[in-house]
Amino acid sequence: MLKSRIIPCLDVADGRVVKGVNFVDLVDAGDPVDAARAYDAAGADELCFLDIHATHENRGTMFDLVTRTAETVFMPFTVGGGVRTHEDVRALLLAGADKVSFNSAAVANPDVLTEAALRFGSQCIVCAIDAKTVEPGRWEIFTHGGRRPTGVDAVEFAITAAAKGAGEILLTSMDRDGTKAGFNIPLTRAIADAVDIPVIASGGVGTLDHLVEGVTEGGASAVLAASIFHFGTYTIAEAKAHMAAAGIPMRLT
Amino acid sequence: MSLTAVLDYDSGNLHSAQKAFERMSREVGGGDVIVTSDPDVVARADRIVLPGDGAFPACKRALDAVPGLADAMREAVEVKGRPFLGICVGMQMLATRGHEYELTDGFGWIEGEITRIEPADDALKVPHMGWNDLVIDAPHPVLDGIATGDHAYFVHGWAMRVAKPEELLAHVDYAGNITAIVGRDNIVGTQFHPEKSQATGLRLIANFLTWAP
Repeated sequence: MLKSRIIPCLDVADGRVVKGVNFVDLVDAGDPVDAARAYDAAGADELCFLDIHATHENRGTMFDLVTRTAETVFMPFTVGGGVRTHEDVRALLLAGADKVSFNSAAVANPDVLTEAALRFGSQCIVCAIDAKTVEPGRWEIFTHGGRRPTGVDAVEFAITAAAKGAGEILLTSMDRDGTKAGFNIPLTRAIADAVDIPVIASGGVGTLDHLVEGVTEGGASAVLAASIFHFGTYTIAEAKAHMAAAGIPMRLT
Repeated sequence: MSLTAVLDYDSGNLHSAQKAFERMSREVGGGDVIVTSDPDVVARADRIVLPGDGAFPACKRALDAVPGLADAMREAVEVKGRPFLGICVGMQMLATRGHEYELTDGFGWIEGEITRIEPADDALKVPHMGWNDLVIDAPHPVLDGIATGDHAYFVHGWAMRVAKPEELLAHVDYAGNITAIVGRDNIVGTQFHPEKSQATGLRLIANFLTWAP
């Protein structure tokens, strides 16, 4: 049986791990490769690196980080941030990433997902969706770190992204990110029900019950969290044990 | 000194495969690991690894586009009997043919077809993505120390339907069986990524590097 996944997310800026609270206050939480090694040992199911300051000038540090991670840990990881073309995907895959995540570029032009999927396969193309509640039961995509509204409906866009060739959706609730109030369950459920591809729930985890809710109520295939793991509030093993106790199939290591 | 050739035909993620094979080769005295598209290197290699990420037709075309590479691989495997490991689409290409996007002939080393995953439970997502627990169907030297219940990392939307049950070495359950490992004679293939499957995957790699079929 396929297991639900726990994915610690490492927000990276200038080669260092940070954790933004609502994407503004940054706290340096260490070296990304060391963190990857620690999460590998702890039994995390996947890792996610997001380059939150992705610019043309600092791409080199990200490739270096991806290369060093792939040399060090033998577990799957996704890289996102500043990915615009299928050439960016190729460079990151060659450096050792397993999956590459599009965000703003896919909102601007969903065909970029098709170009990448045809070349590398849907299985390695993730579409990140950052959504904010605009009225009850309606969510809109915001890009550029949640600062720029797009007018694009998040559920409709998720359907488009899947049809265009994305193999997975990384769904972040901008209302919840950094709040520790739990996932936005109606949003997660709406998107998980709308698409046939796996959905990773992200944004708002503060307790282990939140992780459970993401799967049981939100319908997510994987749950992503950062600070509760980065700051040692809970271990991966505790999280897995808690989810397993709630009846969710987990890979216990 | 033993030589393992990891075939490079511009398909996906070779870096982590290379590093995983290098690391396990150091541990088991498996010799050199070279990522190569040179048919001459393949001709003198003691072991062949064929990774593959992406769509079946794209991978097959890319492999055939490297001058002499597919022929050197066939010679090494079919004539010289060198141990061969195919990974993910590199495993799928062992089959008779693939149905992804268009009909594409595989190597025909393992009789079977590559078809879309269609779980009996509509709630299950495709691609089949994540950790699933192996059910071992037949003992094999590359599975030494790996047991039913051990997890491996899968990421694929298409899977192999094996024609001969004896060539199915392991499967996983996803509202129906999905082929996980196939093999016969000097040939094995894994649908999952051993280079991404932590201890279980590294164990399989070490076993392959010391396998003498």
